[in-house]
Amino acid sequence: MASTPDTAGAPVASLPARLARFTRTERVLHWMVVITFTIMFGTGLALYFPVFAKLMSRPLAKEIHLWAAIAMGVAMVLVPLLGNLRSVLRSAHEVQYLDEDDVTWLKAGPVAQLGTVAPAPQGRFNAGQKLNTAMLSGGMFIMYLTGFLLWYGERNTEWRMMGSVPVHDLFTIFLTGLVAGHIYLAVIHPTTRAALRGMTFGDVDREFAEHHHAKWVAELDAQRVGVGVGAGAGAGERDGDREHDGATDT
Amino acid sequence: MSNPVDDQPADRGHETPTELTPWERPIGRRAFIGTVFTGIGALVLLSRATGVTRALDKVTEAVKPGGGWRIYAVQSPMPVFDPKSFTLKIGGEVENPIELSWDEVSEWMSHKKTSDFHCVTGWSVMDVRWEGILPKDIIDRVKPKKSAKFVTMKSLEEPYVDQVSMEQFLHSDNVLAHTMDGEPLTREHGSPLRMVMPQMYGYKGVKWLNELRFDTKMELGYWEVRGYDADAYVGKSNGINA
Repeated sequence: MASTPDTAGAPVASLPARLARFTRTERVLHWMVVITFTIMFGTGLALYFPVFAKLMSRPLAKEIHLWAAIAMGVAMVLVPLLGNLRSVLRSAHEVQYLDEDDVTWLKAGPVAQLGTVAPAPQGRFNAGQKLNTAMLSGGMFIMYLTGFLLWYGERNTEWRMMGSVPVHDLFTIFLTGLVAGHIYLAVIHPTTRAALRGMTFGDVDREFAEHHHAKWVAELDAQRVGVGVGAGAGAGERDGDREHDGATDT
Repeated sequence: MSNPVDDQPADRGHETPTELTPWERPIGRRAFIGTVFTGIGALVLLSRATGVTRALDKVTEAVKPGGGWRIYAVQSPMPVFDPKSFTLKIGGEVENPIELSWDEVSEWMSHKKTSDFHCVTGWSVMDVRWEGILPKDIIDRVKPKKSAKFVTMKSLEEPYVDQVSMEQFLHSDNVLAHTMDGEPLTREHGSPLRMVMPQMYGYKGVKWLNELRFDTKMELGYWEVRGYDADAYVGKSNGINA
C-alpha cells in the first residue's frame, strides 16, 4: 500500500519555502506550445465554423494555421537543443513510467485525486499528469500526421484520404478536452492551482508539493541530506530565473 | 529509475517514500502509443469504410450541423437572395440573350440529378439530390454562336467567377441547381442558384450564380488565379496529371 511521507521531525524552518520544479527551458517550451496551440485552435475554429469565419478570411486563417504548426515543431526541436536538453529528456522520461503508487493514485478516483492531499505519494509528475502528457503527445502526433495529409493532399490527390478530415476533427475535440481539464486544474481548481507557479516562475510551494508530490519532495530532501543541508543552495532552493540545470536530477 | 522492473512483487514494508519504488511500468509510453494507434486506426478505417464515415457524419453533425458540408465563401457577409430584385442573365456569344426574373427562372423546366460532391480540400458529401435546369436546355434556349467556346459563371459574390469549356458545361451530370435534397438552396449553399458539376471539384460550381456568359476566350476563375487547376476533374487534377 502507498506510504505517506513522514516529515513531522524535519527541521521545517531550515527548509526552502519553494521547490524548483521546471527549468527555464521546460517553461519556455511549454509556453511556446501554448502560444502556437492557441493560434492553431483559434484559426482552426475560423476554418471550421462559418460563424467564426466571418472574423477572418479563410486563406489568411489557413496560412496562419500552417505557420503556427511549423513554429510549434521548430520550437519543440530548437528550445531543448539550445537550452537545458537534459531537463526536457528527464521529464519526457518520467512521464513514460508509472509505478505502483501511480496506479493506486489512478484507482482512487477524481474526488480523492483532486482533494487536498494526493491519494498516494507521487513523484514530480502525478499519474494524471503523466497520462495527460502521453495522450497529448500522441494526439499531437496524429494532428501533425492528418494535418500533413490534408496539406499534401492539396498538392497530390493520391494523398487525400477520406479519414484525414474527420480524424483531424475528432482529435481536435480530444485535445481540447485534455487541455481544458489541464487549464482548469492549473488555474481554477483550489487544491491544484498552486502548481501553476511551477510553470511560470519555475518553483512551487513546499506545502503544496508535500501534499501532491510527496515522493518528489522526499527525493529532494534526500539529496539535501546527501549534499548537506548547510551547503547553502540545495537542490530545491528557490533561485528566481536562474537555470536550475538538473538540480533535481536523480 | 530508468529501467522498469516488471512483475516484481511490491515490498510493502517501507514507510518512507525515499525508498525506490517496487516496480514501475511504461504505462505512459503505452498511453502515447495507444493514442497514436487509435488515430492511425481511425484514419485507415474512415478512409476505407464509407459506411463508418457516414455514421460519423451523423455524430459530428450534432457538433457542427451541415450534413458533412463545409461552407466556403470568399466575401463576408455572404450574398442575400432577394426574389424581387434577382435576375439571371444569360448572354455573350449567343443568338438569344435573356435576362430572367426569379419567377421566370422558377418556371423553367427542372430536372433531378443525384451525385457525389467532392471538395478539393479533402471532404466529400455522397448522394446529394439536386434539382434544377439542365445545361442543354439553356443552350437550346439562348442558342450560342459558333464562336462560343467557353461558359463563364458569375456570382452575386464578387469577385467569384469560374469558367468551363462548352463540352465541360454540357456534361450530362451537370445541373444549374435551385433545389438541394428536396429543399430550396439555403444561403450557405448559394441561393438561389448554384452550378453543380459532379465530375469536378466544388470550387468550379459557382454559388449565388446570377450570370452565364458564353465567351470566345478562356479566362481563369477565382481559385485558378490562386493556383488551382482550371480542368478540376476529381482525382485527376490539382497535383495529379490526367
